[in-house]
Amino acid sequence: MENIISVQHVTKKYKEVIAVNDVSFEVRKGEIFGFLGPNGAGKSTTIKMLTTLLLPTEGKLSLAGHDVIKEQHAARKIFGIVFQDPSLDGDLTAFENMQLHAVLYKLDKRMAASRTEELMKLVELWDRKNSLVKTFSGGMKRRLEIARGLLHHPQILFLDEPTLGLDAQTRNLLWNYIQQLNEREGMTIFFTTHYLGEAEAVAHRIALIDHGKIVAAGTSEELKQQTGTDNLEKAYLELTGTSVRDETLSGADSKKEAMRRFMTKR
Amino acid sequence: MNTIYILWLRQMKKYRRSGLRMVLSIIQPLVYFLALGYGFNSIFQQAGRGSYIQFIVPGVVAQTILFTSIFWGANIIFDKQFGFLKETLVAPVSRITVMLGGALGGATIGVIQGIVLFFIALIFGFHPYNLAGVFTSVGFMIMLSLAMVSFSSGIGAMVNDMPSFMAATNFLVVPLFFLSGSMYPLDNIPGVMKVIASVNPLSYAIDAMRSSLINQSHFGLTTDFLVMSGTLVVLFAFSVFRFTRIEA
Repeated sequence: MENIISVQHVTKKYKEVIAVNDVSFEVRKGEIFGFLGPNGAGKSTTIKMLTTLLLPTEGKLSLAGHDVIKEQHAARKIFGIVFQDPSLDGDLTAFENMQLHAVLYKLDKRMAASRTEELMKLVELWDRKNSLVKTFSGGMKRRLEIARGLLHHPQILFLDEPTLGLDAQTRNLLWNYIQQLNEREGMTIFFTTHYLGEAEAVAHRIALIDHGKIVAAGTSEELKQQTGTDNLEKAYLELTGTSVRDETLSGADSKKEAMRRFMTKR
Repeated sequence: MNTIYILWLRQMKKYRRSGLRMVLSIIQPLVYFLALGYGFNSIFQQAGRGSYIQFIVPGVVAQTILFTSIFWGANIIFDKQFGFLKETLVAPVSRITVMLGGALGGATIGVIQGIVLFFIALIFGFHPYNLAGVFTSVGFMIMLSLAMVSFSSGIGAMVNDMPSFMAATNFLVVPLFFLSGSMYPLDNIPGVMKVIASVNPLSYAIDAMRSSLINQSHFGLTTDFLVMSGTLVVLFAFSVFRFTRIEA
């Protein structure tokens, strides 16, 4: 099978920290790929580099053969992304958020309209299409983001901790959609999660990153065999140790975090 | 084109939905206009300079635009905080488009506020010199608003938190405003102030509006236009440059 994501010798250095250190891996077309690791291991940094939000210090990343640095626009058309934190405009309605996305991706108006309806029905938000997004719960926002991320028929869907903070029902529902999409449309899924059970259940292949380096990669069966354990959680702890990590936030993120605390206090 | 339009439309919708904020932002300049206009009117007249109310209207219209526009970049900070900016940054559109869509939205809002204040001034007896002048002044309102919104967006793109943004803009807005001839004529002020006022782009915007609305000019309309154009180009370029350097 051909590779749709290719990461070769990628390094990302901040002033004093090396967030990602000479990482290489490939994701095959049509695969559900789990990217796991402790907090601060370099998962989000890798996703940001793959999705053109950050420039790598060294190395090469490509999506469906397009270099993400040299062919930024072409690469951007290939993926949809659901970020860890919401990226919707709360002062717009759900429908307006979808509409805006359609224009940003230069979709044909009529096609976008029918696809919007189809997707919003799929995530069960069609009857709330004219509500302002700020009135939505966390789970509704996440569902809307997934619908939006799929609007332009991406070949790859990036999901950065898509089920974080969601109840078991919503988590179950989301993974069902995602698996359906993967099976029906052959969409490649690249996700991160801290719920190892989820990864074990849905991922075709898994890569484990720790301290900015890939420490293991393979199917969940292979990882279990490699470590002589009987579930992925044990294999994960075997490979990454049991000590708790302090997350070092990148410059921009730490300021955002401070701001978020400042805003919520008021 | 479509992308710029939808990003502009987004700002218009948000503005329309902001409710009370729309009204509140007009109150401060209105207080300046009424309190200072009527407060200093008789002294100004005794000094043989005519009506202070006539004189101050271009100044407060510019003030409304300045205050609305220079804090525009706060919206960029909010878009960073609430994540929406990322949606535009990963989309296959150029950063110039993203910047321009938002900036045109901000400039439109600034100009609307300026025009609303202008109409309120008309109710209070302000009478413009002629109709062509009114249209000319609107042209300068657009230039001023776009220049200030660009500048502010650039700052918004540079910093990630609201306190830094507010510190930077507050630091600038007060001297810009008070050392611009918005409230007083520039011809008989001390030399140092005159020098400062003459390097302050806001002075030229106000002078242009005063020239077109009440036919009183200090620098001359052509100079005003050239300085404003230059300012707009520089600040727009600054903003585009800062936008291309945003990393999430």
